[in-house]
Amino acid sequence: MDRFEYVSATTVAEALAQLGEGRQVKAGGIDLLDRMKEGLSSPKRIVNIRTISELDGVEIDASGLTIGPTTTLATVAAHEPLRDSYRAIADAARAAATPQIRNVATAGGNLLQRPRCWYFRERDFDCLRKGGQGCFAQDGANRYHAIFGNDLCAMVHPSDLAVPLTAFDAVLDLTSAKGTRKVPISTFYVGPETDPTRETDLHRDELLTAIRVPAPPPGTRSAYFKQKEKESADWPLAGVAVALQISSGVVQRASVVLGAVAATPWRSKPAEAALTGRAIDEAAARRAAAAAVADAKPLAWNGYKVAVLETIIRRTILEAAS
Amino acid sequence: MSDSTKGVSRRGFLKGAGSAAAATALLDSAVLTVREATAQITGPPVYGPGRTELALHVNGSERTVLVEPRTTLAAALRDELDLTGTKVVCDRGACSGCTVWIDGLPVASCMTLAIDAAGRKITTIEGLATGDKLHPVQEAFIEKDAMQCGFCTPGMVMTAAALLERNPDPTLDDVKEAVSGNLCRCAVYPQVFEATLAAAKKRKASQIAGS
Ligand SMILES: Cc1cc2nc3c(=O)[nH]c(=O)nc-3n(C[C@H](O)[C@H](O)[C@H](O)COP(=O)(O)OP(=O)(O)OC[C@H]3O[C@@H](n4cnc5c(N)ncnc54)[C@H](O)[C@@H]3O)c2cc1C
Ligand code: FES
Ligand code: FES
Repeated sequence: MDRFEYVSATTVAEALAQLGEGRQVKAGGIDLLDRMKEGLSSPKRIVNIRTISELDGVEIDASGLTIGPTTTLATVAAHEPLRDSYRAIADAARAAATPQIRNVATAGGNLLQRPRCWYFRERDFDCLRKGGQGCFAQDGANRYHAIFGNDLCAMVHPSDLAVPLTAFDAVLDLTSAKGTRKVPISTFYVGPETDPTRETDLHRDELLTAIRVPAPPPGTRSAYFKQKEKESADWPLAGVAVALQISSGVVQRASVVLGAVAATPWRSKPAEAALTGRAIDEAAARRAAAAAVADAKPLAWNGYKVAVLETIIRRTILEAAS
Repeated sequence: MSDSTKGVSRRGFLKGAGSAAAATALLDSAVLTVREATAQITGPPVYGPGRTELALHVNGSERTVLVEPRTTLAAALRDELDLTGTKVVCDRGACSGCTVWIDGLPVASCMTLAIDAAGRKITTIEGLATGDKLHPVQEAFIEKDAMQCGFCTPGMVMTAAALLERNPDPTLDDVKEAVSGNLCRCAVYPQVFEATLAAAKKRKASQIAGS
């Protein structure tokens, strides 16, 4: 890790004044330190935002849920009222990383973490995402890579939390000196076809200042399921968030979002269409899961992900409805 | 906060109760002298890139280290304070071998900057025992033979002991969840589960006997 200067901001304005060339925001620092240790990032100055109290904490009222971006994953996971109304979000926070990481890593940092593709994380591979010529994963070691939208770059978005936040139509506050933009999370994540060198629409002069989730319609139930390679803490092989608004036994609105299978959280319109207007039973869940994976395009070593994904989609739909 | 209130700055006080505000106040007071600090006309103080004197509250006493902002807490503990009980294994947050407590919460010290831990309460494996009396989790690890090579053990013990601090009566699933990030190359997991549950039981029994 190269040497750097360190500044702690206490207000958003103070942090914004620090942003610029050679500056890097640090929340929990888990992702940033990893990249710095790998020599992928060498900021001249780190701007610590963990000391900005206005960015820390969870609020719930009739209009919805607001998660301050520096709230730790552990706090999001343990927040009882949040769990009551937004279960998939709490479960995703709880499923991410290790207990030790969750005590430090923040919700905002989790959404903004850079790819975990091993070619990206290894400094010697000058891949598309680092401004190079191509994606090494496409013909390389790709067992953990994308099965959707993988033509240009086969990274998967590594965040667990982003998946249910997408299912709940979260909106992000992005603040610069000029003011605050409100960007739906569905357009916040940028696919490789738009720009393979960045994953999000966050501008260099902006801070993520709030994660807002509109109150779901009454009768909404949700679930998040993460399939890992081992039972203990691990990255997702695939994740699924399902939110269902059910009235009189029929699905009025379905959200099915898939994680760790594409470069962005992947909304499955085919699965949502297969559920809407139906009663949820085993057969409906099975049809929706089959529809979701119908257009998957696995690479040489990740075909197993299709079967894993189909299974967990079916189970998570049934779990959300139960 | 008791051991650090003396250092709470006016700014920290005015900002009120938020934990983040308190942390800034702690940092302001815990960075004792700033060498090579860039002159700032306005805005918060800039530390580094050279060495900065930090006050670390480790195992109940205040220690001073002179480190660069890039120094991790694990490195400061091991290289500056000679507290080598904390092990660095992966150095990437992936194995929890370097687990210490900050304000009672288990964290990966290899992924924590020392400057971020300044002024906060740090507990390492060296601080777990009370005098010569081992912590119940340490005793149980010995009794149940919950180690082979022992390299993961300090991190494992710190994690298990932190669980008992917040949940004195854990289930097997609680223990598995608590140590789910602690990797053991020798795979003594069953003994770790057993030892942690035994420590909880023993502690409860002695508390009942003592009350
Ligand atoms: C061993 C291990 C296992 C993991 N497993 C999982 C897993 O299973 N699932 C999962 O989802 N994640 C996993 N992670 C990733 C981890 O959750 C993230 O690295 C962490 O959440 C990042 O949060 P942070 O606060 O530490 O971010 P930081 O490292 O502080 O920041 C990350 C990036 O976002 C920027 N940033 C942060 N906050 C803001 C803000 N408010 N405004 C503007 N920019 C900002 C920073 O500049 C930086 O570039 C794992 C990490 C490790 C080390
Ligand atoms: S050494 Fe810190 S987590 Fe592995
Ligand atoms: S006892 Fe050898 S690594 Fe755990």
